[in-house]
Formats: sequence, structure tokens, C-alpha cells
Amino acid sequence: MSRESTSKLPNLDRRDFAWFVDKGMQVFMFIGGISAIVFIIGIFVFITKEGLPFITDTMNFGEFFTSPRWRPTSENNPTYGALALIVGTASVTGFAMVVAVPFSLGAAIFIAEFATGRTREILKVLVEMLAAIPSVVWGFIGLSIMNPLIIDTFNVPVGLNVLNAGIILGLMAAPIMTTIAEDALKAVPDTYREAAEAMGATRWQIVWRVVLPAARNGLVAAVLLGVGRGFGETMAVLMASGHSINLPGGIFDSVRALTATIAAELGETVQGSDHYRALFTLGILLFIVTFVINLTADLVVRGVRKK
Amino acid sequence: MFAATDLNASNRRKQGLIKTLFLLMTILLIVPVLIILTVLIVKGGPVISFEFLFSDPKDEMTAGGIFPALIGTVWLVSVALLASVPLGIAAAVYLSEYAPDNWFTRTINLAIINLAGVPSIVHALFGVGAFVLFFKFGTSILAASLTLAVMTLPIVIVATRESLQAVPQAFREACWNMGATRWQTIRRIVLPNSISGILTGVILEVSRTAGETAPIMFTGAAIFLPFLPEGVGDQTMAMSLHLYAMATQVPLPEHAANLPYGVALVLIGMVLAMNAISIGFRMWLRGKKKW
Repeated sequence: MSRESTSKLPNLDRRDFAWFVDKGMQVFMFIGGISAIVFIIGIFVFITKEGLPFITDTMNFGEFFTSPRWRPTSENNPTYGALALIVGTASVTGFAMVVAVPFSLGAAIFIAEFATGRTREILKVLVEMLAAIPSVVWGFIGLSIMNPLIIDTFNVPVGLNVLNAGIILGLMAAPIMTTIAEDALKAVPDTYREAAEAMGATRWQIVWRVVLPAARNGLVAAVLLGVGRGFGETMAVLMASGHSINLPGGIFDSVRALTATIAAELGETVQGSDHYRALFTLGILLFIVTFVINLTADLVVRGVRKK
Repeated sequence: MFAATDLNASNRRKQGLIKTLFLLMTILLIVPVLIILTVLIVKGGPVISFEFLFSDPKDEMTAGGIFPALIGTVWLVSVALLASVPLGIAAAVYLSEYAPDNWFTRTINLAIINLAGVPSIVHALFGVGAFVLFFKFGTSILAASLTLAVMTLPIVIVATRESLQAVPQAFREACWNMGATRWQTIRRIVLPNSISGILTGVILEVSRTAGETAPIMFTGAAIFLPFLPEGVGDQTMAMSLHLYAMATQVPLPEHAANLPYGVALVLIGMVLAMNAISIGFRMWLRGKKKW
């Protein structure tokens, strides 16, 4: 009797078609899951593969980081000093952050703490639209709209400079920083605000003394990701910065960025030449710096979650 | 009895002032973009016509239309989607439905964040090193699209993962109790209930892919080609690169000076339209949510 009823139970340890499909799909999903890791490693491996011979054979570390002379096409004495390019990238990104950080954080505070209902929805959509504008369009705006505007306003001979690229880059990085900063502010529990309000604090006192300190790590991460974005931006900087190798003395000087150098020169190099490999080396530098920035931002955010 | 004291009144004034200040900062962020859009529409609008959209560039790109670039962008985006959407959805399903909460899953999440943060020009270098040279695809639509696919993969993964996680756990448990396998549950319950959220992410990816320039410059897009691509092995023109070329490489005579504005307007119109669809779709979904 008991034997019979056992045999009528569904076979839980089945090996039917559905079981095999299930296992097959699980493998497929796992492949998808590890693809991001594979690609990150792949990116590093492939750019290193092309750039490494330059680092080991030709590159002079002292020259690379301290000389502003980037003359890879010189016939008899090519020099590969990336200092001017590094300073170019840093000055444009730095100026962009000076412009964008206050406004982004201000906008995030307004959207998260002051705006309500429909206003809030509309502002969020507008910020999202701002983030969607392609970088080549930004570059075109810098080239054709900002350039004459800067020449006329400040009475300078060239409008493609740190100021132009910095403003463009600031506008590009602002929506990302605003969105992430707003998320960080929203993550502060409402009980904090209610407790402060019960103590008789005004809205501004709540924001300044309670919400901002509580969201500090998230805000730092937002700024870091904005910096990473500015550092890696290519087309807009290529078109708006003037693209001349120069240690800038002020915001009206033209500069050239690391990213823009790769974009402008890779098409003209012979595959396997020193110049070609030097450009991949710049790519390795960019990869490492943005990797560190992103990693730091992630660690900072995780610090919040642990608390 | 509880009339506002002077202190309260001045406090309220201060509050109003602070709120206005922050509103002003928000508006200052958005106003430049509206000005820019207006300039693009004023200068680029008159350029756009049926002929502009559907004819080839002429006279060394100083006249004629943008048809080959439009078709090229459609090619690049389609092939990129074919590669990245299945892989991205698989990754999201793995992370949401299978992955345990351990160091390995955290590493995957970190890799996704980093993949999204790698500069576009580094993606281009990867495309050259991997797809053009190592896999010997040459400079072709295939190489360019795969580069774009790797670059935009995080967008699909993140959007899909979010909409999968929005499906209540009880739905899955009910299905497992019927004896369904994990895959049957995902296929019949989880995916149908999150398909619209996934679509939102895909549309967003289309808009990002269409606007990218740097990753395709050296992997498959050309500044000018006298023919349309016939397969994934051909090179192609593209809208984004066309705008770059028109703005920087082509000396335009006076009467054609507004041509790049037209190209920029079509490109930004495409991208913003896709975005608006994605945002509208998301809002409509939020209103329709059943649970």
C-alpha cells in the first residue's frame, strides 16, 4: 500500500526536457552575468596588448609625465611628453567641476527637498533630457555657438579654450551629478526630517544640518562620477577646447585633452608604429584613472550602506 | 494668541529666499539647453526638407542630404542591439533571479559600473584592438556595432534588472509551487510582467547608441562613402560622425553654412524623441501598475 502511493508521487528528481532547458538557460544567464567582467578584463588586455611594446621599449617615464612636448610625428626626434595633455584634461575637467558642482548639488537639493508634485516630475524629465544630448552635438554647440559668443563677450582672439570646453563639459556632467546626488538625498530616511521638524527646525535648517550631513557620502560619489565623466569625455572636448598643445596660463588659453589626442591622431597613424602604440598607452592611462575614480565612488557609496 | 512673531516672519522670508535661490540654480542648469535648442531649430529648421533627409551628399558634402548617414546609423544601432539586448537581458536575469549575494556577484556589479564609466575613446581603442584586428572583422559595421554594444551593455542590464526586481516575489513562489522549473517561471511569469520596463531600457539604449561618435570613428564609420552598406562587413556613414565631419573637416561656403545645424537638429531630434518615448512609456507604466 505505502509502496504504491510513493510510486504515484511526481518524480521530483526528474531529468525531462524541461529540466534540460532549465539547466541550459541557467548556463546562458550565467554567461550573460559574467560578460561584464569579461569585457572589463578584455578592454584592459586588448589596449595593453597594443600599448605595452611602447611602454617597455620606447617610453621614458620621466619624459612622459613631465615633458609638455608631444611630438610623435617629428621626423628625426619624436618626443612623447604627455604633461600638456594631462594638464589640458585636468584644467578642462577642473573648470567644468567649478561650474557644475554647485549648480548640480543646488538643483538636486531643490528637486529632492523643495519641489513637489508636478514641478518635481517636470524638472526630473528635463534633467534626464539634458543627459541625453549626444557629446558630438555638445561639441558642435561649443564650436559654432559658444565660440563666437566668447570672442565677442570677452574680446579674445580665440573662443575655443578652457572656458568653452569647461562650460560645455560642466553642462554635460551636471545631469549625472544631479541625478545621483538627488538619489543620495532621497535615501536619507524621512524620520530624520520629521525628527528635526518636530524640534522646530526650518526647511533650510533641516537640509543644511540633517539631510546634507547624512547624505554626504552619496554626494561625494556624485561629484566623483561627474569628474570621471569629464575626464573621459572625448568629442565635446575635442571640438571645443581648441586642440593645441599648451600648458594653459588662464581660462582663455586653448588646450588639448588626452581623449581628444587619441581621437584626432589614431586615424593618421600606421598600425604598430610607436605613435600608434603611444596613443594606446594614453588609453591605458585613461582606463586606469577612470577605473580608480569609479572604484572610489563605489567604495564611498558602500560606506553609506554599511552604516 | 499664536500670532507670528517678528522672528517667525523674518524666518519665513529667509525660507522663501533660500527656496528661490535653489530654484534659480535649477533653472540656470536648464535654460542654456533651451537656448541652444532654440538656436538649433532656428538655424537648422529651414535646412531640413524631404530632399535633405532622402538624398545623398553632393559637391564634396557642401550640398545635398544626409540619407546615407541616416541609413548607416540605423544599421549600426540595429546590429548593436542584436548583440547587446540578449546578453544584457541574460545578465540582468542572472543577477536578479540566480545570483547569490556574495563577493562574485558584487564583482559583477562593480564590473558593470566600471564598464559604464570607461571613456568612450577607450572603448574605441578596445574595438580596434579586439574586433578590428584580433577577430579580423576589419573596419566594418560589425566591428563598430560590437564596440557600441559593449559600451551600452550596462544600460540594458541596469534597466532590465530594475524591472525584474519590481516583480513581486510571491508571483515566482506561486509558480514554483506548481512544479515549474526556474526557467519556466522566468519565461512565463517574470519576463512577461517586466517586458515593458525592459523595453524602456532598450529604447534608452537606442538613443545612446545613435549619438555615440568616438567608438565608431576607427572601427567602421567613414566620413564619406559613395555607396550604401549592403552587409555587416561594409563600412558606413553615420549621423554622429557626419555632424563631426561637417563641423570640422569640410570647408563650407557661405550659402551652406547652416547645413551642420540641420544635421545636428536631426540627430538631437532622433535622440530626444527616443528618450521622450522611453520616459512617457515609463510614466504610463507607473500609472498602470497592478500591484
